[in-house]
Amino acid sequence: MPMRAFETGSFAAAPLDIANVDTDQLIPARFLKRPRDARYPEYLFHDVRRTAAGEQDPDFILNRAPWDTAEVLVADRNFGCGSSREAAVYVLVDSGFRAVIAPSFGDIFYSNAMKNGFLPIRLDAAACAGLRQALAERQGGEIAIDLKAQTVTGPDGSVHRFEISAFHKHCLLEGLDDIGFTLAQQAKIDAADARRDAATPWFKPASAV
Amino acid sequence: MAKPRTLFDKIWANHVVRTEDDGTALIYIDLHLAHEVTSPQAFAGLREAGRKLRRPDRTLAVADHNIPTTDRSKGIEDPESRLQVETLEANVKEFGVPYFPVDDIRQGIVHIIGPEQGLTQPGMTVVCGDSHTSTHGAFGALAFGIGTSEVEHVFATQTLVQKPAKNMRVTVKGAPPAGTTAKDLILAIIGKIGTAGGTGHVIEFAGDAIKNLSMEGRMTVCNMSIEAGARAGMIAPDETTFEYLKGKPYAPKAGAWEQAVQYWSSLPSDPGAVYDTEVELDAADIVPYVTWGTSPQDALPITATVPKAEDFPDPDRQAGIARSIEYMGLTGGMPIQDIKVDTVFIGSCTNGRLEDIRAAAAIAKGRKVASSVKALVVPGSGLVKEAAEAEGLDKILIEAGFEWREPGCSMCLAMNADKLKPGERSASTSNRNFEGRQGPGGRTHLVSPAMAAAAAIKGHLADVREFLA
Repeated sequence: MPMRAFETGSFAAAPLDIANVDTDQLIPARFLKRPRDARYPEYLFHDVRRTAAGEQDPDFILNRAPWDTAEVLVADRNFGCGSSREAAVYVLVDSGFRAVIAPSFGDIFYSNAMKNGFLPIRLDAAACAGLRQALAERQGGEIAIDLKAQTVTGPDGSVHRFEISAFHKHCLLEGLDDIGFTLAQQAKIDAADARRDAATPWFKPASAV
Repeated sequence: MAKPRTLFDKIWANHVVRTEDDGTALIYIDLHLAHEVTSPQAFAGLREAGRKLRRPDRTLAVADHNIPTTDRSKGIEDPESRLQVETLEANVKEFGVPYFPVDDIRQGIVHIIGPEQGLTQPGMTVVCGDSHTSTHGAFGALAFGIGTSEVEHVFATQTLVQKPAKNMRVTVKGAPPAGTTAKDLILAIIGKIGTAGGTGHVIEFAGDAIKNLSMEGRMTVCNMSIEAGARAGMIAPDETTFEYLKGKPYAPKAGAWEQAVQYWSSLPSDPGAVYDTEVELDAADIVPYVTWGTSPQDALPITATVPKAEDFPDPDRQAGIARSIEYMGLTGGMPIQDIKVDTVFIGSCTNGRLEDIRAAAAIAKGRKVASSVKALVVPGSGLVKEAAEAEGLDKILIEAGFEWREPGCSMCLAMNADKLKPGERSASTSNRNFEGRQGPGGRTHLVSPAMAAAAAIKGHLADVREFLA
């Protein structure tokens, strides 16, 4: 799927007061067998948002208006920890989310997010807690994200600056596929191929046996 | 004199293809392992863009997540699982990728077979679309899990775009007490630093307690680096590493062996190398652990009681504990040994190797699985299964009432038919006790293989030390 550029804007946002949201919560492994099609949004938080009887749980915030149409999630620490499944990002993107703000992220989730035009924003724990509280208190609160300026503006008017690597920012703003970018380094990769083959001549690559 | 470097620094430097101004680097990948779950969209991406797979000879594929662990002669019953495995088989043919078929004795969990074949070697960069790729770090390789876009990137370019990680050293001094294993050691480490403790870091495990582990134990420790939040875990290669590799199918042969050992011996961190973060543990403090909650950091000694939410001053922590206790169907303050289990699972890339099966069989020998318990042993590969059978471990386990299965990921993540029903509880040697990990509504307690066998026999979480007397 081609990478989508991240566009600056103001988005409906929902607070999610759960720490360590893991990739099995975001999308249980059994759905990884299915293609990424129109059913994908059903898998987001599939088991978390349902009661034991399989009904939508009204206590889960994303099941309730106005948060059920949110495009930005403000979460707690270690969001997206667990497995490498990129489906944990697909399922958020396909459910209409554009960004998630949290104090920290699972490393692989963070990197996967960038490849899908989905912006993971690290803000300190106090800022995240403040945003979650502001969103919980104001129905229909929005969060403005300006990637160029690297700022988040809360529904309470608070402005927070975030860090992002220059490389990732460039790719997200332009919607660049980094495979194309890397393939432009053909000569350097050829040299690395030769260098690694020479450095470990005893390594018998897999097809050799 | 050159600045002392860590094991990670050396491997990184050996693999940098190009560095951007902001430090982001393109690094070369020596070995790419692929399985059926995270590769289909990557192969499709290559096809759509009309790109070739650059180095099929540095790639190996195997199906492990979806495959049944019962009689395979009838094929895969579940149509979604079957399609995913068939898709992998078509893709490896189209792109010329070496593949261990489902009926090959070498088939197994991707992180078991790389080391077992001698493909994983010190100083290499190893990636796979699977977070437990950290397992291969036990050989002094830089090994980490990647997402599907990155799988496609490696297919197309044999490189990856990466930010350099920070260096963390976790030193475990001394000798661990009887009844404890590598699993208890890593659960103790995760308990100490937390599931986000390693975020942004590569952890180098060091100290006598690490050095004295077998390669299999080292793999268990590195495997769960990801549960400590780290991108990778690694252990300096030494005689134990070389001894393990010698004679493996893809290991260097006579003539090249000395050259390889010389190179591998240059990799350990230099004296005086500086780490961004240092953590120390005393192995003497390690006991058999069990997780009570829904995060791998929820590990407590088997002799402890389930925590009470009100004992925690932080309201956020209180809410988290209460949520976990409710999900797990427990009561704060109850002794952990009073927790009855329905299922025992021995297997996975964490604990599905021969040493793990030996440990379970040692406890099971001459005893019986409690009548209320269903107990599975799922070897990590066909070769592990064969080796265990050669030692008669299968007979001991079957005699005790365990089911002896075909290799695969199985109940670690419930993608095949092996799963918990809602409300069912397991003692499991796998790596994640997340909500629903072993089946929707399932409840998981992480333990070592010996502790899992003890739980199977007692019918409840039990202290393996009682079996050693």
